[in-house]
Amino acid sequence: MTEFLLLAFIFLVSGVIAVPIASRFGLGSVLGYLIAGIVISPLLHALNVDVISIQHFAEFGVVMMLFLVGLELEPAMLWAMRAKLLGLGGLQVGITTALVMLVAMAFGQPWTIALAIGLVLALSSTAIVLQTLNEKGLMKSDGGQSSFSVLLFQDIAVIPMLAFIPLLALPELMDVATESGAHGAAEDNHHGLNLNIVAGLQGWQAALVTAAAIAAVILGGTYLTRPIFRFIAMAGLRELFVATALLFVIGIALLMMVVGLSPALGTFLAGVVLANSEYRHELESDIDPFRGLLLGLFFITVGAGINFALLFGNFGIIIGMTLGLIAVKFAVLWALGRLFKLQGSNQWLFSLSLAQAGEFGFVLLSFTVANHVIPKPIADQLLLVVALSMLLTPALFIIYEKLIVPKFSAASDKPPDEVDEDGDIIIAGHGRFGGVVNRMLRATGYSTTVLDFSASHLEVLRSFGFKIFYGDATRADLLHAAGIEQAKLIVIAIDNREQINALVKHVRKHHPALPIIARAVDRRHVHELYAAGCHHIIRETFDSSVRTGRTAFELLGIHPFQAELLARKFTEDDRHILRAMAEVYDPDVPNHENPAYIEKSKGLMEKHEAQIFGKGKVYSASSDSGWMPPGKQDVETIEADHQGSLLR
Amino acid sequence: MLALVITAHSAMAKLLIYYAHPGQAFSRANAAMAAAARDVAGITFVDLYADYPRHDIDVAREQQRLIEHDVIIFQFPLYWYSTPSLLKEWQDLVLQHGFAYGHEGDKLAGKTLQLALTAGGSRDAYTTDGYQQYPLRTFLTPLEQTARLCKMQFATPYVLYESLAADSENDIADHVSGYCELIAAIIDDRHDFAIAGHQGVVTHHDLTTKA
Repeated sequence: MTEFLLLAFIFLVSGVIAVPIASRFGLGSVLGYLIAGIVISPLLHALNVDVISIQHFAEFGVVMMLFLVGLELEPAMLWAMRAKLLGLGGLQVGITTALVMLVAMAFGQPWTIALAIGLVLALSSTAIVLQTLNEKGLMKSDGGQSSFSVLLFQDIAVIPMLAFIPLLALPELMDVATESGAHGAAEDNHHGLNLNIVAGLQGWQAALVTAAAIAAVILGGTYLTRPIFRFIAMAGLRELFVATALLFVIGIALLMMVVGLSPALGTFLAGVVLANSEYRHELESDIDPFRGLLLGLFFITVGAGINFALLFGNFGIIIGMTLGLIAVKFAVLWALGRLFKLQGSNQWLFSLSLAQAGEFGFVLLSFTVANHVIPKPIADQLLLVVALSMLLTPALFIIYEKLIVPKFSAASDKPPDEVDEDGDIIIAGHGRFGGVVNRMLRATGYSTTVLDFSASHLEVLRSFGFKIFYGDATRADLLHAAGIEQAKLIVIAIDNREQINALVKHVRKHHPALPIIARAVDRRHVHELYAAGCHHIIRETFDSSVRTGRTAFELLGIHPFQAELLARKFTEDDRHILRAMAEVYDPDVPNHENPAYIEKSKGLMEKHEAQIFGKGKVYSASSDSGWMPPGKQDVETIEADHQGSLLR
Repeated sequence: MLALVITAHSAMAKLLIYYAHPGQAFSRANAAMAAAARDVAGITFVDLYADYPRHDIDVAREQQRLIEHDVIIFQFPLYWYSTPSLLKEWQDLVLQHGFAYGHEGDKLAGKTLQLALTAGGSRDAYTTDGYQQYPLRTFLTPLEQTARLCKMQFATPYVLYESLAADSENDIADHVSGYCELIAAIIDDRHDFAIAGHQGVVTHHDLTTKA
């Protein structure tokens, strides 16, 4: 227990210190984590910590990240990407593998080892690249989408690679291995437990089981999640929903491992299936912290795993190999970018972002050693190359940002690539109040994102094609997931007074420029909201009450137009009083201790007493003055003026 | 007998009165005219400000009303040489091209527009020497031309001058009975819409003597 806490403390402290510093200098969080890892590596070494097994655990962050990426990607979008996915991804892996293999053979490696090295180094780092692209908001650009396509293809390609690599095994290594065979087997099954049920089956059986598992993910995701999530949501316990979300991701990962598929691919698929779900934003905000922490841990372990003794022993060779690898991968990507018509800065982004080797390289390297494909000394050096190339990736992004973007930003007249996929308008609360607002805005063609905490009527509304998401609108992360940074307006239509206040204060503080329309429960609530910085406040029952009063006038025989004028006058007066009182209201002082409030209310009482207490025909004079005909005096004055002008 | 009834029926003009007055609480002449006209059998009487207190005019409904009638009366007080704003809004919205004028806009062709208005100024004021400088008909030319463009006959307007100074006992009562006579004559299809009056308008004097 103490050991675990100590370890967690070390990791957290290093991350918490290094990442903000790296962000401050514009280096991105990934480099921050990597540096943190390097810094604590002697400490971890001294404590005899198994960095590699922590890294395997932290790799689950990649699985979660792909789930989140899937959530952002609707099936139609994925289908539209198919050409890029297969063409760009397939060519990148194929050509890079071939080139690296040739280089290795030129350095005297046998073709089997060379091919294995090619496969290992062809892969890029999903973790670093996606994290950085998301962080810098480049995910939706052409370059970002192309990079994502390639990364997705690579994640899928790892599976056949794992099947293929054992075939390259070297007889001479096999002989050596017989002595230390037990060690190799242990390396192979580093997860300790072999769950793979497909291994023992025949080809067609395995294919059947695999297809069934994928179908289970897709069908389950489509038909089962909704009732399950609704059932959980009914319980109204937030942590239960988080637990369900985690269970969901872990369950799918496990299922995929059982049938020998990539867990990242499985959760990605599940994410795509749920991209249209009303629980999408809630899932996103629940899983995201775990993803962030695990990926951070993963990057720290990459930094900590660098074998400095080996590095400094062969400094020239390893740096040379690393830079050579980056150059080769960059060249291949640059050519492919040209082939797939990427323009300007997008071609640079695509080529620079994927020029490193990736975390799957670590997995494949240990796998190749265990399967006697690559000798251990070479693998150790390659491990350093992979880690160093990952370490250099933030530098490549900095080159992109500081050198490439300024060059193209002046020349580019294209609108930004950022796709506004969330609604322009956020409506918090979709009950009797927000529902009407939403219908009006959507009928006029505005795009809205609705957040509501009541799961029961969400599905009915979704069947009408509304963009409605489940979740507590007062939570910052859900607002973020709903795209509050891009929103043009937020309508706060929830019915709990304290929650409305909290939300108004939060939005005012973190998004000062975003216009807020807030629902007020009563007059005092108007004052509270006004003090909180919201100036578009709508009392929830005021308008209907005024209309009721107007209808009463009409039924009492007052001419409808007269009734309308009376209602207008009443509304105007009431609003005037309300605003005047709101200006002197102080949320921190009770009204009876607020001298300005008391003074103002006394003055207004005298002036508007008649209106407030409805004594007699108080509106007549003001509301009718527009239609009061001129009197005799007026006509006489006009005639006198006319006579005067004639005489002149 | 049956034939007679049919003849009599077919001779009857269908009359639609639009009454537009936002300040009815202060009205004497128009209120009395409306009170008299409101309950005349066989006509349609519309208090525009009661139908559309929030100026939300139902265009389709109004166009249907126009189609179903032969003679349209605008009854209103003259405000700044024009109709009250709601009646102007009504014209702007209801008299659409393709309905009232322009290409295929012949739905009102052959119908008649009769104005029944009250004016605060005297007959003398509406002369070249008076303070209004022009005869009343000059201020009504926009409405006259509107009727023309809609292929409608523009009837000689029925007017009450000095409506604010008029006393209820005599002037207004006479004007109201003249209005009733006008309505009855229109219904019976015996009113001369082109009747020549003083300076192009008729008052109750013209109607009671000539009717």
